[in-house]
Amino acid sequence: MNTTDPYAGERLQESPFHPRLQALNIRNAWASWNGYKFAEYYYDAEYEYFCVRNSCGTYDISPMQKYEISGPDAEAMLNRMVTRDVAKIKLNRVAYCVWCTDEGRMIDDGTIFKLSSDKFMLTCGSPCSAWLEKSVFGFDGVKVADVTDNLAALSVQGPTSCAVLKNMGLIGIDAAKRFDIMRFPFHGDTLMVSRTGFTGDLGYELWIRPALALELWDELYAAGADYGIQPYGEVATNMARLEAAFIMPAMEFNEALRTVHFEHDQTPFELNLGWLVDFDKPHFSGRSALLREKKRGSQYALTKLDIEGNKPAEGSYIYKNKRCTRKIGYVTSAMWSPAVKANIALAMIRTEHLQGQLWAEIYYEKELRQYSRVARCTRKEKPFWAPARARVTPPPDY
Amino acid sequence: MNNYDAIIIGAGHNGLTNAAYLAKAGLNVVVLEKNDYIGGAAVSRELHEGWIYSSCSYVCSMMRQALHRDLDLSRHGLLLVPYLGTINFGDGGERLFSYHDGEAARLELKRHSPHDADAMFRFRADLTRYSLLIRKTLLRTPPDPTSFRPRDIHELLFLARQFWALGEKQIYEYVRFFTMSAAEYLEDYFENDLIKAAMASPGIIGTALGVYSPGSSYILLHHVMGDVDGSIGAWGLARGGMGAISDAIANALKEHGGEIRTGAGVQKVLVNNRKAVGVVLENGDQIGAGIVVSNLDARRTFTRIMDRNDLPDGIFEKAVNFKIRGSSGKVNIALSGMPKFTHVPENRYIARGGQGFAGSLETMERAYDCWKRGRWSDDPFIESVIPSAWDPTVAPPGKHWMSNFVQYCPPELADGPWTPEKRDQFGQTVVDKIERYSPGFKDLIVHMEVRTPHEIEQEIGLTEGNIFQGELTVDQLLFNRPFPGYAQYRMPGKKLYMCGS
Ligand SMILES: Cc1cc2nc3c(=O)[nH]c(=O)nc-3n(C[C@H](O)[C@H](O)[C@H](O)COP(=O)(O)OP(=O)(O)OC[C@H]3O[C@@H](n4cnc5c(N)ncnc54)[C@H](O)[C@@H]3O)c2cc1C
Repeated sequence: MNTTDPYAGERLQESPFHPRLQALNIRNAWASWNGYKFAEYYYDAEYEYFCVRNSCGTYDISPMQKYEISGPDAEAMLNRMVTRDVAKIKLNRVAYCVWCTDEGRMIDDGTIFKLSSDKFMLTCGSPCSAWLEKSVFGFDGVKVADVTDNLAALSVQGPTSCAVLKNMGLIGIDAAKRFDIMRFPFHGDTLMVSRTGFTGDLGYELWIRPALALELWDELYAAGADYGIQPYGEVATNMARLEAAFIMPAMEFNEALRTVHFEHDQTPFELNLGWLVDFDKPHFSGRSALLREKKRGSQYALTKLDIEGNKPAEGSYIYKNKRCTRKIGYVTSAMWSPAVKANIALAMIRTEHLQGQLWAEIYYEKELRQYSRVARCTRKEKPFWAPARARVTPPPDY
Repeated sequence: MNNYDAIIIGAGHNGLTNAAYLAKAGLNVVVLEKNDYIGGAAVSRELHEGWIYSSCSYVCSMMRQALHRDLDLSRHGLLLVPYLGTINFGDGGERLFSYHDGEAARLELKRHSPHDADAMFRFRADLTRYSLLIRKTLLRTPPDPTSFRPRDIHELLFLARQFWALGEKQIYEYVRFFTMSAAEYLEDYFENDLIKAAMASPGIIGTALGVYSPGSSYILLHHVMGDVDGSIGAWGLARGGMGAISDAIANALKEHGGEIRTGAGVQKVLVNNRKAVGVVLENGDQIGAGIVVSNLDARRTFTRIMDRNDLPDGIFEKAVNFKIRGSSGKVNIALSGMPKFTHVPENRYIARGGQGFAGSLETMERAYDCWKRGRWSDDPFIESVIPSAWDPTVAPPGKHWMSNFVQYCPPELADGPWTPEKRDQFGQTVVDKIERYSPGFKDLIVHMEVRTPHEIEQEIGLTEGNIFQGELTVDQLLFNRPFPGYAQYRMPGKKLYMCGS
């Protein structure tokens, strides 16, 4: 009998790794990302988080948006779009970038891979075709292709990640420095590996044609069996990235192109990303506005906080005084860090109040009743989690 | 002649912690350790190349978060990883899995007893309530109920308030809880014997009590109070073994300018005018200090490294009588592969929990009877875990080691002193028991370290090998610890303090 699924049009798309993810998602905890079915967690979010910190975790990043930008004007066009100097990215290197509106408000962040002199890959969290189309305007020799569905991607993160890849036969991978790209023959095709990730720990991202996704998975998991390999989902990712003090859309920043209310979006300076803004390079989107901001100073500053007690300051306001009468900011992400054993948070705070006292009013529930407590916050300069192994080449085996 | 502001005798994790806090406060401190390695019972040792045992203690439960933060222990290399549930092996071949996930755990209980699955809610709520109360009291310097100093009265009032907040019925329950046996207490909630055995087993670990001994239910509580990540009852492993804890604390200590001397056993505490003024080392060196802190248990402190004449009347006798009854052994086994257990599915998570060879309440009680008669049990209760299943740093890839905590093992045998042969027989008993549940286990053994209370006492100086430095029975806790009149971590002598368990 020919059965057609009457709900087919409403179902989520499945990642090339889906058969393996599904088998391991024994809690059936699915969310979605860019139309793809996407694991919130597989077994236990905290356990998965600890695999990232203690052994090795894999995270399906196939739903991430991927664009191939090629042609003689590709570099110039990207350079016009993002705030960083694309001309400085060397061949087979990756650079973290942001791009802004003319008003200098941040549209999104992502990574640019320089694949050859006239070919780049841009990855980002949210769909970006329309903005890319706009940015191509005026450049004749550029082709933009959305390759999201043509490239399966898996992030492999944690202290044993390099050992697992070596064990899988990727000879020489330990020589890759942070943001390096390497290629390995794989079943008649090419496996691209970049030393990148979103966990603040040692880690790599693997890029492969979807038809070979399951072979890749199986070989990786066979190689990783004795190194504690384990899939992790969105919850664990969010924990790891917060410890590394990485920003997340819809948490730390509201994408400018989706922002309704005036200045409810952010600028790179406010997000501590001033180091990505290069005024010495040719003109780029948002340049004048950002230059003005740089001279005048920013309204807000994304701040790393260590908060007393152990109640996460989720959704808290930040005050200048313990009595909580003078509001000076708001928490964007907060959690109890299981690795650092500290109550950590990122918060947007009015720059003029950064140097003074900081107090968070924390709400929490205990058996149906609401409680609140006021906790002193301490500003931190460094990320909460930044192990040496993340920077060392060759990295240790665990 | 003060070389230091403070001397800490013993580099156990408690001694190191004490020293680190003092150094952080700006004092000039030195830790004197008799062994040539630090850590005491919280130690990682490579006794066979490539395998790193947590020789004594193996899981971390009651470490306070404040300590981690105050001393910045993650920066000093400490990562505590919680572990998944335990498999409990029943005498008749039953298996009880204590799954990590609440719903999965409940379904598993339901397979054994629908009644007990429901009763678990009440059991957990009651235990959590008691443990919260204990936590509020555990971390405070215990009050002296006979003192009229404002701080003591304030503390007593604090305790009383916490107590009255429970309500009258609960106070009765709480008092009952303190005096009952684990088995009796569990009877109130559960019908299934394996469930009861699984629940009772933490209650007897390290004690010289049986599951039917009055007072054993209280110890049950001590084991659900774990502080790994605020979730009460969670247990964790230290990445790199328990020595990673001692090492991280030692790093913090050194960063704050403190000093550690190994191979520096203290022979005697020097007392002048009832006031501690320093120590004499085994090699005869004298070191002076403003205060002296002992990390040794009460009995050792007062009977071994103090002159009886320096103590107030009666203390020596009290120290001799302080209950320290060793009851546990430890068998660490290096394995060439992951053991397989019968009737246990092979899935990626199960090996990452612990194994409890409790059998039944009956079996546990029989094991206790052996101990009372000065024998080790031939069917002992074993609490095991395979740390290498989730710690990549403690065994080569694909190889493993298994930590087996054995209850009961007497410090003195009825048939004469411990000998290396008897020690090995004891180890063999443990291996034989595991082999019953995991055929082929013996073939995986690469190396074994067997530690009876005798070895533990010799090496670490835990009297009778008692893991808690003195029993945690009601008569020896809080304001009665170590002796009535001498709680508050202070000692019969000025400038002399204790910091052990
Ligand atoms: C086999 C075993 C298993 C255990 N399992 C666990 C567990 O899994 N989880 C848990 O939480 N707890 C466990 N414990 C209990 C825990 O390990 C101890 O309570 C804790 O380690 C005690 O630490 P401490 O610092 O107070 O003393 P210790 O670790 O006893 O340290 C005392 C130190 O003093 C030194 N010393 C002794 N005499 C002298 C001297 N004269 N001069 C100088 N130095 C001296 C010793 O060498 C030692 O280093 C276990 C204990 C044992 C023995």
